[in-house]
Amino acid sequence: MILLEVNGKKYKVDVAPDVPLLWVIREQVGLTGTKFGCGMALCGACTVLIDGEAQRSCQFPVKDAEGKKITTIEGIGVTPAGKAIQDAWITDDVPQCGYCQSGQIVQAAALLKDKPKPSDADIDAVMSGNLCRCGTYQRIRGAIHKAVEIMEKGGTP
Amino acid sequence: MNEPINISRRDFLKIGTAIGGGLVIGFHLGWPKNAVASTAFEPNAWVKVQSDGTVRFICPRNEMGQDVHTSLTMLLAEELEIDPRHVKVEEAAVNPVYINRMVGAQMTGASTAVRDAWDQLRQAGATARVMLVNAAAAKWKVPASECRAENGHVIHGARKLAYGALVVAAERQPVPKEVELKPAGRFSVIGKPLPRLDSANKSRGKTVFGIDVKQPGMVYAALATCPVLGGKVVSFDAGVAQKRPGVRKVVDIGEGVAVIADQHWTALSALADIKIQWDEGPAAKLDTAAIYAALEQAKDKPGAVVKQTGNAAEALAKVTPIEARYTSQMLAHVTLEPPNCLARVSTKGVDVWVSTQFPQRAQAIAAQAAGVKPEQVRIHAQFIGGGFGRRLDADFIGQTVAIAKVVPGTPVKLIWTREDDVTHDFYRPPSLHLLRGALDGSRIVAFSHKLISPSITARMFPGVVKDGIDGFMTEGTVNFTYDIPNLDLRTVIQEVGIRVGYWRSVSNALNAFAIESFIDELAQTAGNDPVSFRLAMLDKLPRQQAVLQRAVKDAGFSSTPKGGRAFGVASMECYDTHIALVAEVSGTADKIKLEKLTFAADCGIAVHPDQVIAQLQSGAVTGLINTMRSKVTVKDGRIEQSNFDTFTIPRMYEVPPIEVVPIPSGGRPGGMGEAGVPLVAPAIANAVFALTGKRLRSLPLEDGEISFG
Repeated sequence: MILLEVNGKKYKVDVAPDVPLLWVIREQVGLTGTKFGCGMALCGACTVLIDGEAQRSCQFPVKDAEGKKITTIEGIGVTPAGKAIQDAWITDDVPQCGYCQSGQIVQAAALLKDKPKPSDADIDAVMSGNLCRCGTYQRIRGAIHKAVEIMEKGGTP
Repeated sequence: MNEPINISRRDFLKIGTAIGGGLVIGFHLGWPKNAVASTAFEPNAWVKVQSDGTVRFICPRNEMGQDVHTSLTMLLAEELEIDPRHVKVEEAAVNPVYINRMVGAQMTGASTAVRDAWDQLRQAGATARVMLVNAAAAKWKVPASECRAENGHVIHGARKLAYGALVVAAERQPVPKEVELKPAGRFSVIGKPLPRLDSANKSRGKTVFGIDVKQPGMVYAALATCPVLGGKVVSFDAGVAQKRPGVRKVVDIGEGVAVIADQHWTALSALADIKIQWDEGPAAKLDTAAIYAALEQAKDKPGAVVKQTGNAAEALAKVTPIEARYTSQMLAHVTLEPPNCLARVSTKGVDVWVSTQFPQRAQAIAAQAAGVKPEQVRIHAQFIGGGFGRRLDADFIGQTVAIAKVVPGTPVKLIWTREDDVTHDFYRPPSLHLLRGALDGSRIVAFSHKLISPSITARMFPGVVKDGIDGFMTEGTVNFTYDIPNLDLRTVIQEVGIRVGYWRSVSNALNAFAIESFIDELAQTAGNDPVSFRLAMLDKLPRQQAVLQRAVKDAGFSSTPKGGRAFGVASMECYDTHIALVAEVSGTADKIKLEKLTFAADCGIAVHPDQVIAQLQSGAVTGLINTMRSKVTVKDGRIEQSNFDTFTIPRMYEVPPIEVVPIPSGGRPGGMGEAGVPLVAPAIANAVFALTGKRLRSLPLEDGEISFG
């Protein structure tokens, strides 16, 4: 049994310790917002926060997440940055198919925590690890800037 | 596994042709009504109004990011007089009423969704509205002409009834034979800003894609198929795998060996323990060189004529023509949601939950795999995590049903790995293009183009290819825009031993690269600039001239480099949309920077304007996949790429700003899902020529001793 804390809730899961966290979040915890895209940390669709840091959960053994705080797309909206990012995404109609967007949003929220006012170059450097097959990059970049404005205005989009 | 469904050639060839108005097919087919007294109003197959006022729209096309849920809701809402933001959208089941009339099948592709639905869904909305108004008028005992519908209510003077209060009475109203549709000047939804109906859920991780569907008692499967496409299982040893805790069964489905387990990771891990002997089949010796050699060997075949004016052969024989050959690469689709499917086979029939662009084919393939009739298969279509044509195919659906059949009553979810996906795709066809042109002063007097490539349609709809013509191979030439007195455009179908599939914009992308690059070559030989050279041949197409002029103006185009920046232009009509693109580049051949892409597009009427822009931005990035470096190659029958490290797609830092200038001219809407793709490669290749003097005639462009950086 492994004890996990996901979005502030505790879960006991019966899985082998080396199973990547992504599969545990989706199948045992039952939160399917986090996506499987490549299994090799190449696309970023599986990005979650572990103790506040963005991690590719497809390459993160579940045992290493024990005792840490895991935040997924379902829980990212409780942080001011996460909420601002989600509001900006919705206002700008960023998603197309939407499959990569959970990972994009979690990654963007982590970016704003480290750099509250990122430049285009900061955004490109951090967000280039997340693939979008629909090609929504331009709107993602714009929405991150918009999220900064939202936070500066006190959280109202 | 690839039994074609029955689509008549007549229906299929409707692609690209304007569809007539008139009464919609759905009303003739007799929509099955509830035998018991209904508490909802269901005037046709698309609309359901509940007594609580909820309006449900049964969406005949599948949402894969291209915005059909919102755009099609807008068509319905415009005439039904409801707020589109409150409509509940459902994916349609398989039913002939939902056939896409432009392709003759219930499928989402070929940029047809809005074009096909344009009259149909407005009529569906208007019909429902008229019945609701008539019901209210009868209740109030006033003439219906004195009543009007507004925002989900029927109004007469100071009286007002919500649609929800009228459902029982409206259900008893006769269906009107003809309805009048609003003129464009009175539109209050179409062409106006509206948030996408799916953005909030997609931004909160709440959208359920095929891969996310859960069913009670569900188990998982992983499948190993032959590394050589088309190979079969000879024997295997599953001794170790079967002992792994959580493994339910190991199944031989002929084309592969599957592990069924309680968890997907268990299935994947167990699969790695199984040693499989394969019969690799006839493709075992195939390599990339042999594929292109097969195309080359077909170069003298006459092929089938797509478009002809004057006598190009004679005109070209009189002079020493300018000649060029172009090629393009094979590509995988790499939808970010990998192929997956959930199926349950039981005595009550087959249930399939799947992200698919082609529910009708999904049903046929599932039925075949289960050994039942199509009507015994229920397809529950889900949100699609990327289609691009990959999900027109249903190979993974047939596989899932074949596996699920072994555990009757248990829902089985098969999930492919990214490696399964890249190595077992239906690839964009490789192509060879032979072009010849003759000039008279600054005009082209003769032009010929021959596309040689394998036919996707011959694989998927064999009966539809007749007289050597695959309608999809004619894309990019049947819609040729230039007025040239002697023209000869042909296609040659040449199979090359690799399975091919429809890839966003299909042959428009292949042919546009060759033709729009070669037009630049001819302009250069003629000593003319590429813009006025093109404009002179577009006299009869003012809409095409307009987009070209606008893109050039807004991009600050210059035919010679200025300030270290060079420009390339390309222009075409596709999917009833007129479009032009200017690419701006800088740097040197070993480090070319993409500075900007500027589109001008006239799609008739833009139903959902911001999503017209979004689709062109998206199409441009798909165009970059085709342009920069992505390719699929084959060695010893095996695909040499396997994941995003070897089959790369553009990342944020290398995608330039994409500006879209919409200049809608009104009338019917044009298709937008693919129109952004084809011009990217020729516009960039032309810009690279302007910058470096290198004429690149092969895709991806990085194969030509240049590099993007």
